[in-house]
Amino acid sequence: MSLTLEAVYAALADAGLERRDIDGLACWPGFTPNLPGFSPVSLTEVKESLQLKLNWYTGGNEASQMSAIINACMAVLSGQAQHVLCFRTMTESTSMAQGVRSSNVGGGAQRVQGSLSWLVPFEAPSASNWIALTASRYAHEFGLKREQLAQIALNARRNAGLNPKAVYRTPITMDDYLAARMISTPLCLFDCDVPVDGATAVIVSAPEARADLAGQPVTIESICGPLYGRDSWDQMPDGTRFAAEDAGQRLWAMTDLRPKDVDVAALYDGFSFLSLLWLEGLGFCGRGEAGSFVEGGQRIALDGELPLATGGGQLSAGRLHGLGHFCEAVQQLRGQGGERQVPNGPRVAVVSNGGGPIASAALLVRE
Amino acid sequence: MTQTLQPDADYQRFLLEGRFMIQRGRSSGLHHFYPRAIEPGTGNNDLEWVPASGLGTVYSTTVVRTKPPAPAYNVVLVDLAEGPRMMSRVEGVAPDAVAIGMAVRARIVKDDGQAFVVFDPA
Repeated sequence: MSLTLEAVYAALADAGLERRDIDGLACWPGFTPNLPGFSPVSLTEVKESLQLKLNWYTGGNEASQMSAIINACMAVLSGQAQHVLCFRTMTESTSMAQGVRSSNVGGGAQRVQGSLSWLVPFEAPSASNWIALTASRYAHEFGLKREQLAQIALNARRNAGLNPKAVYRTPITMDDYLAARMISTPLCLFDCDVPVDGATAVIVSAPEARADLAGQPVTIESICGPLYGRDSWDQMPDGTRFAAEDAGQRLWAMTDLRPKDVDVAALYDGFSFLSLLWLEGLGFCGRGEAGSFVEGGQRIALDGELPLATGGGQLSAGRLHGLGHFCEAVQQLRGQGGERQVPNGPRVAVVSNGGGPIASAALLVRE
Repeated sequence: MTQTLQPDADYQRFLLEGRFMIQRGRSSGLHHFYPRAIEPGTGNNDLEWVPASGLGTVYSTTVVRTKPPAPAYNVVLVDLAEGPRMMSRVEGVAPDAVAIGMAVRARIVKDDGQAFVVFDPA
């Protein structure tokens, strides 16, 4: 809770707003008592702590990962609220130290139900296993090499070294990557994100309320969280894809901008492999081409054609579960990246969240 | 058979009886997994239990390395001959010897009063 408030106060100060200006509150997934550390802070606690007067609020799990921001956009555009505070808090580091794990359903979660109950008998309750099965099939069909996948992890660590808030900042080499312990083949330790205790806060304001704001606001050009295919991690007809393609299709349908206009990419990296599928899903390269797209790492470096995971991502900076990427993209567009700032004043950033059936994406523009 | 309201319990009961059964929609003719009360895609409830052939092909595979001394194990997605895909493991070979495209055959194992389906190389 104190981490959440720290993030909220920082966001308020940055926006030049007071508590009394906040009239909307949104969180995904809301309080999740059955998943230790996954989302330990409820909207009620935030509201009560800050004595907010809310015209509108929402939080709930059955929605896409970026739904707090999506809902906030709809709320400010429909007049439900003027300034919506969106937050995401995780204490997975503490939970794991206590021997319980949130995103490993069955590994400390108090209840296993629904589709997950079909995975537990095979000791595959973790997303690392599901993504590994996707990656394994993808490698079979498209010939992905470990040296290519490694670029996602190496790039994240390089950028994390320039981010004072990143958890893992010690440089790693290709040899370190190739020698790392396998978790679930073909994913090794460096392909998995880092559980942390942390909180992110983002304020979404109505366009007509921008005069209230200090500093440089960033405009949400388009945002989406579609669900077209099976709502499942293992029942997609083509197991080398996931809903990233749906999000890509929807995102570009809502704007005149195109992938070539993007200056910064904050693509979801709960696992390194997910970033590759996001590159394809959002149209930065063709199907099966992501491995060669990132080969060598120059293209995705800070001074490359498409800088990726500029703050170190979840792989090295820490698993803030999506909203951290949103925050990093905003900072890059506002030129607040410090040592890790992408050169030449980036104007357009893309943010994506999710894996499996869960996919949301946003396009942010500095005016 | 009349419509089931406890498809997971039925599935388990069949396995404990030594039968690997899957569901099929009477009007769609399609099989699916995991068991449901309502057929995915059509929303129909005219489901019937039919014996699975037990034959399948490995669609994807991963070797899970846990902290030693716990041994590594294998997790697969198997495409059943009838069409559905299910998660399981292949036994009888080293975890890293399981390959995509490998033909496999189902076997029921029982553990702690529960039964589940694993696969052997066919």
